[in-house]
Amino acid sequence: MAETLTATNGEVALTAKDFATDQEIRWCPGCGDYSILKQVHTILPQLGLKQEDIVFISGIGCSSRFPYYTETFGMHSIHGRATAVASGLKAARPELSVWIVTGDGDGLSIGGNHTIHLLRRNFDVNILLFNNEIYGLTKGQYSPTSPENKVAKSTPFGSIDHPFNPIALALGADATFVARSMDRDPAHLQNMLLRSYKHAGSSFLEIYQNCNIFNDMAFESYTEKSTKKDEALFMVQGQPLVFGANNEKGIKLDGFKPVIVNLEEGASKDDLWIHDEHDMVKANIISRFFDHVDVEGHLPRPFGVFYQTSRPTYEAMMAEQINEVIKAKGEGKLDKLIAGGETWVIE
Amino acid sequence: MALETTTHDLEEAVIKFAGDSGDGMQLTGTQFTTNSALFGNDLGTFPDFPAEIRAPIGTVAGVSGFQLHFGSKEIFTPGDICDVLVVMNSAALKSNIRNIKKGGIIIANTAGFDAKNLKLANMTSNALEDDSLSNYTVIKIDVTRMTREALTDIQLGMKEKDRCKNMFVLGFLYWMFNREMDNTIKFLNDKFGKKPEVLEANLRVLKAGYSYGDTTEQFTTRYKVEKAVMPAGTYRSIMGNQATALGLVAASKKSGLPLFLGSYPITPASDILHDLAKYKSFRVKTFQAEDEIAAITSAIGAAFGGSLAVTTTSGPGMALKTEALGLATVLEIPLVIINVQRGGPSTGLPTKTEQADLFQAYYGRNGECPIPIVAAQSPSDCFNAVYEACRISVQHMIPVILLTDGYIANGAEPWRFPKESELEEIKIEFAKPMAEGEKFMPYARDEKLSRPWAIPGTKGLEHRIGGLEKQNITGNISYEPENHEFMVKLREEKVERIANYIPEQKIDSGPAKGKLLVLGWGGTFGAIKAAVKDLNEEGFDIAHAHLRHMRPFPKNLGEILNNYDKVLIPEINNGQLVKIIRDKYFIDAMAYNKIQGLPFFKSELMDKIREILK
Repeated sequence: MAETLTATNGEVALTAKDFATDQEIRWCPGCGDYSILKQVHTILPQLGLKQEDIVFISGIGCSSRFPYYTETFGMHSIHGRATAVASGLKAARPELSVWIVTGDGDGLSIGGNHTIHLLRRNFDVNILLFNNEIYGLTKGQYSPTSPENKVAKSTPFGSIDHPFNPIALALGADATFVARSMDRDPAHLQNMLLRSYKHAGSSFLEIYQNCNIFNDMAFESYTEKSTKKDEALFMVQGQPLVFGANNEKGIKLDGFKPVIVNLEEGASKDDLWIHDEHDMVKANIISRFFDHVDVEGHLPRPFGVFYQTSRPTYEAMMAEQINEVIKAKGEGKLDKLIAGGETWVIE
Repeated sequence: MALETTTHDLEEAVIKFAGDSGDGMQLTGTQFTTNSALFGNDLGTFPDFPAEIRAPIGTVAGVSGFQLHFGSKEIFTPGDICDVLVVMNSAALKSNIRNIKKGGIIIANTAGFDAKNLKLANMTSNALEDDSLSNYTVIKIDVTRMTREALTDIQLGMKEKDRCKNMFVLGFLYWMFNREMDNTIKFLNDKFGKKPEVLEANLRVLKAGYSYGDTTEQFTTRYKVEKAVMPAGTYRSIMGNQATALGLVAASKKSGLPLFLGSYPITPASDILHDLAKYKSFRVKTFQAEDEIAAITSAIGAAFGGSLAVTTTSGPGMALKTEALGLATVLEIPLVIINVQRGGPSTGLPTKTEQADLFQAYYGRNGECPIPIVAAQSPSDCFNAVYEACRISVQHMIPVILLTDGYIANGAEPWRFPKESELEEIKIEFAKPMAEGEKFMPYARDEKLSRPWAIPGTKGLEHRIGGLEKQNITGNISYEPENHEFMVKLREEKVERIANYIPEQKIDSGPAKGKLLVLGWGGTFGAIKAAVKDLNEEGFDIAHAHLRHMRPFPKNLGEILNNYDKVLIPEINNGQLVKIIRDKYFIDAMAYNKIQGLPFFKSELMDKIREILK
């Protein structure tokens, strides 16, 4: 959304506490969802919105309990359909700030269809896709983002499914804002949440979230201190792509092929890929930095905003069409509509 | 000099126009219909489209038909079988020969019975030449040749000239039924005003058809169907889906709620979406969703936001919406679900009618999930039925299913339409903002057991709802065993209590007590009404009642059922309402079923009733 950020809603300044509800939180102790909830509650007071103008809509799954814990309007809908519920609400009430909380199962498996259609239509809503690469609520089956060979309850001999790359999928659906963050980096996550909110159009934010019960440490390479600097690549607009303990490694484009170069071993910073989140070609290339950490010579996993562009929102165009028709033809007259074209009178 | 013709007065007549999809039979039929309506006949029509969009020319699959029933008496159906059958080719004859009365008139375009057309229709011999049509009066006209001859000096291609041949048939029928042609002449002027040659060609062929009847000595009989006695007022012609769309706009206007339609195209419901998409000047928002599930769930989102939210579909789409119907039930929000029924199961018979989704509407969900059901009984009645469905939905905070069917959705009849000022207001009130410190209870209830409609944007009403079982009053999640049982019974009672807010059941025709009650619902209204009326005139002690409210039933229905020795329930399914009635009222109701994708014929019903009363 495009409003400027202020610290108050014009009345009394809200705090994170104002967004907590009286409901007991039922996520497992240690779940990454707690951090995401905290970061969302932290940024909500910064949006300058009234609580009653915010709506959180979720589907089914662990993440989808989210609305119960947030003091705004909310709907815990049915599996996979949060995006469709939100589409209808946003079309009907464009002035509301609509947030969708979904997961890798809810948003990419059972609800994958609605996710891609919402993105192409570009409703001005914020999708928070909690990706833990596992089905948590059904107690540990592999998900559409689980890596190949994943041993889980329903795949005792390893999964033969090829996983989705959610970022590439969102780009493929012509999403206008595509970003990735993680539960264990509060500052980055808050920043990405604010960016998602500020974007006028569908914001797709994939959040790596640890399920400490069924898929613990799935993202440890990106979240743990010992490996994070080498495995996670933080994209900053207008800055070269660098990573490593001392930012000594960088990404260079060799034609369309990204390669890792070492700045301490003679590579020049001037040759590095400069991140441009408005460049669709680059976004498509960097979205494909997706190899598993076990793959020899793999590229680091990018975090931050992959792509952002501006396109009219569905709800704005819908309202505009209506206004144009009314401007041209005037407000509809019910009696005239019911009478239709040809009438006759019986005396 | 022409021979003297005699004119027979008819009380009613059924004409069917049948030809290839490209022969303009729908247009011919609607023109004759408008002519009859303007003349003052009562009438009913039904189009009969091929399922395929562009079936090969000349084949049985490509036959398009239009049936018109008009009379000087009250007309309730498009007619059982026809008195006059117009066939433009062999395939049209082949697919309609079962639908003509013995002794009826067949008007055949002989050009459509050449070797090529006979072969396309898989006919081994030319029915116009052999004696297979000896039970009928066959009028053979080479319509194609006559049309071309009328247009010899007109500068048009042969294809364009041939396109006028439906006007020849129309002109001939206008002669046959003693009609003026003003409305069609005006129609052609409006339609082709900018193409003078095409206009001239159509007018000339229309008149040629008329003159052909007038001057050719072979036709000596003409017919006359006088004006019907109809209630005074202003009328228009209306199809069921049109009436549904209008009813929704009217309900939006009279409730002050913005209309939102979430829909996915499906035959035979799509026309409601098409119509509403045009009504932007009424601020109607139509959303063509990516699938049936998104169609209903987007409507749920809009309802949460305070819209009059609607989704339209047909049987297979209804199946896909099932889970969301459960959600709407637990959320206790208003939502109108319109099922224009077609033949099932699965893809079934997309273009044919059926009433076989009643059980689906009644029972087709997981868990105990009662949903009120309203049914429409005729094309124009779709307006009243959808208006009532909207009223119940928003006033009782509950999803409501409206059942119509392909037969009334595409059928047409004259409609003495209401004025906006005559429509009852639909009063609703959103929950009011709360003061600081007050706690909003989203599942608190009024005397109807309905909960407040608390829409986002209202201060102090922030609350969360969802598909998990709710605690009454607070709306919080509850897994308490007693609470679940309480809520299941409460949702049932909420539906039952609607009976306090709907009219009592009326007897449509016949005595208040007697030997037999024919109880119907939905699109069978016309056929039952006509059959019972005729039998009443013959002296049979029978009555007809037709249900608008299928769930809950009107409070006096049980009493009515007990006032008759026997109850017959005719349905276009394998017996669904009859089982619900037996279950609820413990009566030995009899079923009469037809499951052919076709409506009941009046004659079938009369035969059945006579047999029961023998």
